Amino acid sequence: MSSNDGTSKTLVVALALCIVCSVIVSTAVVILKPIQEVNKTLDRKRNILAAAGMLEKNATAEDINQQFSDIKTRVVDLNTGKFADDAVDLARYDPLKAAKDPDLSEALTTKQDLAKISRREQYAVVYLVESPQGDIKKLILPIRGYGLWSTLYGFIALESDGNTIAGLGFYEHGETPGLGGEIDNPRWKAFWPGKQVYRDGEVEIGLVKGSVDPAAVDAPWEVDGLAGATLTSKGVTNLVHFWLGKNGFEPFLNNLRAGEA
Amino acid sequence: MQVIKETLTGPIFKNNPIALQILGVCSALAVTSSMKVTLVMCVALTVVTAFSGMFISSIRAHIPSSIRIIVQMVIIASLVIVVDQFLKAYAFGISKQLSVFVGLIITNCIVMGRAEAFAMKNPPMASFVDGVGNGIGYSVVLISVAFVREVLGSGKLMGFDVLPLVTDGGWYVPNGLLLLPPSAFFLIGGFIWVLRSVRKDQVEVTEFKLASHAAVREGA
Repeated sequence: MSSNDGTSKTLVVALALCIVCSVIVSTAVVILKPIQEVNKTLDRKRNILAAAGMLEKNATAEDINQQFSDIKTRVVDLNTGKFADDAVDLARYDPLKAAKDPDLSEALTTKQDLAKISRREQYAVVYLVESPQGDIKKLILPIRGYGLWSTLYGFIALESDGNTIAGLGFYEHGETPGLGGEIDNPRWKAFWPGKQVYRDGEVEIGLVKGSVDPAAVDAPWEVDGLAGATLTSKGVTNLVHFWLGKNGFEPFLNNLRAGEA
Repeated sequence: MQVIKETLTGPIFKNNPIALQILGVCSALAVTSSMKVTLVMCVALTVVTAFSGMFISSIRAHIPSSIRIIVQMVIIASLVIVVDQFLKAYAFGISKQLSVFVGLIITNCIVMGRAEAFAMKNPPMASFVDGVGNGIGYSVVLISVAFVREVLGSGKLMGFDVLPLVTDGGWYVPNGLLLLPPSAFFLIGGFIWVLRSVRKDQVEVTEFKLASHAAVREGA
């Protein structure tokens, strides 16, 4: 064994091993990359459809791609509230990365920062479900914000009036399973479609403690809170308020209604 | 042949890496809340342990002892990256749930432990079998933990409803604790207890004895 411990032998073994291993690793990465890319794109599309409440159970990859062919991806400048498709390269633009880049985002003051995301990107990527004639049927907007333990990432879908909710869902979060984690429960998500966002120009939609009395005057703006998850419920209310409010998509939705987006 | 069989089945109950050697507990806490994820993790770990044992063993005569741990780590890390890439390509949903834990196989004490303790001293074939055996030993514990956690924690098994939940209109109130990592401690503890009640030879020798209770003296 002692012959192995010479400096030259040590160097040769280390070098040879590194070369062999790096060749194996890079081969695997390069060969599998295309399949992984397909998976990633499919996963993103699946999340968007699920949030919009358009994902059918047991949908196959073809179903999802088929459904997605009706959906247009657009870029919105959140400052002006107008489409800005030429501002960024969609293939490479990542809004979450942009939110950390001082050139592409702005810091929020404590008062503005309802969702506790500290910085907001200037350009958001939104998805429009269009009819064959080109009319917008649904809008799918990205939302995120802090719950109890983690940042919740999701999408909210609005009907063409920009006020009625068509669906809401989160694709990534780290809330407590069984309590805050119930935001993934289809029964809770089913409370959202049909609710209204704005009342007299203000974002009114929010979660309430207990269950909503359907006969109450406020019922269209209220969603059942999650039992045992007060902070997650508050987080959801806050992030919806932020993203549909003045610093979020409200200017864009107003422009869209006025036909000026 | 007998030796091979012993190497393969020994780690399952007789010399279980988790229950007797108390290795690799961290991933046992993290990936056992659903059975599907657990099974993938078990397969990944078994593959890595087996092949890293085989490769390390086949070059063991040339490994300089001064850098042997680094050599083992490089081989293990390369295998883990390859496994991770395969999961991302062919089991994307599950690889997302496993997230960092596939990468953390690199630091899993079972893999390192077997490389250092067995593969450095035994021929490639025996090391491969030893890796498979320890992988199975790890899997037995993880699968039994995952079974209890998923059935009682979310009323499901492999994603299918077993106990209808109250929130979905059934009768079963799920035990939320079982979905949190600490519950795996209790279950692994229970597993070790049962195992050591059956196989008394695994009970550790008491290292010290508690003195009998002494009465408090006045003014002490």
